[in-house]
Amino acid sequence: MHFVVCAKQIPDPETPPSAFKIDPQKNEVIPAQGIAPVLSQFDSIAAEAALRLKEAAGDSKITVISMGAESAQAAIKQVLAMGADEGLLLNDPAFTKGDPHTTAKVLTAAVQKLGDVDAVFCGRQAADWDWGQTGLLMAEGLGWPSAIIAKGVALDGQQLSVERVLEDGYETAQAPLPAVVTVSNEFGEPRYPKLQQIMQAARKTVTTWTAADLGLDAAEVGEAGSRLRLEKLFIPEKEGKVELMEGDTATEKAQALVKALQGAKVL
Amino acid sequence: MASNALVVGELAEGELNATTLELIGAASRLGASNITVALLGGGASGAASKAFEGGATKVLTSDDASYDEFRGDQWVAAVQNAVEQASPDVILLAQSHVGRELAPRLAFRLDTGAAMDCLNVEDDGGAVKATRSVYGGNAMATYSFVTSPAIVTVRAKAQDPLEPNAGASGETGELPGASDSRTTIAGREIVEAAGLQLQDASIVVSGGRGLGAPEGFQVVEELAKALGADRAAVGASRAACDLGWYPPSQQVGLTGKVVTPDLYIAVAISGASQHMAGCSGAKTIVAINKDPEANIFQFARYGIVGDYKEMVPALTEAIKAAK
Repeated sequence: MHFVVCAKQIPDPETPPSAFKIDPQKNEVIPAQGIAPVLSQFDSIAAEAALRLKEAAGDSKITVISMGAESAQAAIKQVLAMGADEGLLLNDPAFTKGDPHTTAKVLTAAVQKLGDVDAVFCGRQAADWDWGQTGLLMAEGLGWPSAIIAKGVALDGQQLSVERVLEDGYETAQAPLPAVVTVSNEFGEPRYPKLQQIMQAARKTVTTWTAADLGLDAAEVGEAGSRLRLEKLFIPEKEGKVELMEGDTATEKAQALVKALQGAKVL
Repeated sequence: MASNALVVGELAEGELNATTLELIGAASRLGASNITVALLGGGASGAASKAFEGGATKVLTSDDASYDEFRGDQWVAAVQNAVEQASPDVILLAQSHVGRELAPRLAFRLDTGAAMDCLNVEDDGGAVKATRSVYGGNAMATYSFVTSPAIVTVRAKAQDPLEPNAGASGETGELPGASDSRTTIAGREIVEAAGLQLQDASIVVSGGRGLGAPEGFQVVEELAKALGADRAAVGASRAACDLGWYPPSQQVGLTGKVVTPDLYIAVAISGASQHMAGCSGAKTIVAINKDPEANIFQFARYGIVGDYKEMVPALTEAIKAAK
């Protein structure tokens, strides 16, 4: 079996809101000083799902793919350290400022070029732009079935069985390979690589493919090929006028709160 | 101006759900003169009257019960048929398990773009613009569409329905029955919390990682009980759910449920943007946290700085005494 994990490097979502800044002219997030970008958490869980399938299936290979800048090598290396076999960076100036449509187009072209892929694993959404579209757009582009927002994955021969999270419960969906799966946090914690694995991953060579390598024209990727245009990026105003309850004891503070809520006709 | 809108409706137990009426409201505010609602599954044609009362001008239905269990490939084929019939400039869907899957698939097939989980959608001089929360709620982004139709999924309760127009009617049409699916649903388990549902509660009391242990939810539950079992429900942050302290069905946040109660009490929740995306629509937020620097106090109207182990039982007693 050959599994692909799609990995995205993003600004650390744990960045304190006070350090979160945007450039309103360029409609871009300004990287917070001293806070390194990270692998999107949902993608590390997608890697965990692929690794568990690889361990169960035996004789399998995992390729981790990231579309991004040269710095995205760090995200690739992290998944390699977790146990993926090969790394592939899709890097081209033409890929920047795209939308889900163009991102999926580039990733789909890479999966097609690899040729022998049995399943693609993505995070349910990336924790920066929170679209939740890439996996589904890839499934459409590849013509494969998909199962999104997975909390469990099992393989029985060529049949994939995916436990999915719904708003009000769970369902088990079955689809034949090849297929696309997007994985949610309910799947569980991803593994932490050991130091030795991190050192081995650091020595691995990551292949880079450009738009030309993928047979893609600059006009159909990145900003030029996008179906959506970002008109405005802004930080919403917060009220920031909290009224803190005064009192010497817990009871006094609690009574002050009840009084305040009654006064505001909330209680 | 968007003259033709297509709303992909959803049924719950054969009845039109509340979000569908919100989507019709959004379509109307976009200035659409033709609002077509597509309904799939058992009871669809019977639910048409409620869609007309909610502002639909045309309703397309298929009563095929195969649609009751949502499968993306079957639904997308039916909605493509509805697109051919309605020629929409804008397609509105809920940010539900249906819309999450259908919107990207439809975008691919119509070679256009989809904006997901939008809070607002507006007509800006003839162009559809959609605004959504990004970076876990730290920022907002407004998008326009390079291609047509514009596909937008809308967050539940972000839009208001229209005043119902009793007895309204309109044109009806048919959608094809379900095609074969490559996906089999081997089982489906509905996990409903006992009693009042989170989204229906007028008060939500939520606990977070700061509770320190699953036992912490006991005092949270006692507070909710004191506030009234008929109006208060218990929620949890993603961190608390991921730790297994509370059922994932009660998760409030970007990847959980979005609640808009009159009163939201956040207990030992730091206020990560991811969480705030699920509760910032509450009318009044109260924060109880021992860290006076916690982000939650940026969003709260009232706050208590202190250990929840003391503060929450004290609040429970104060509420009981005030009754």
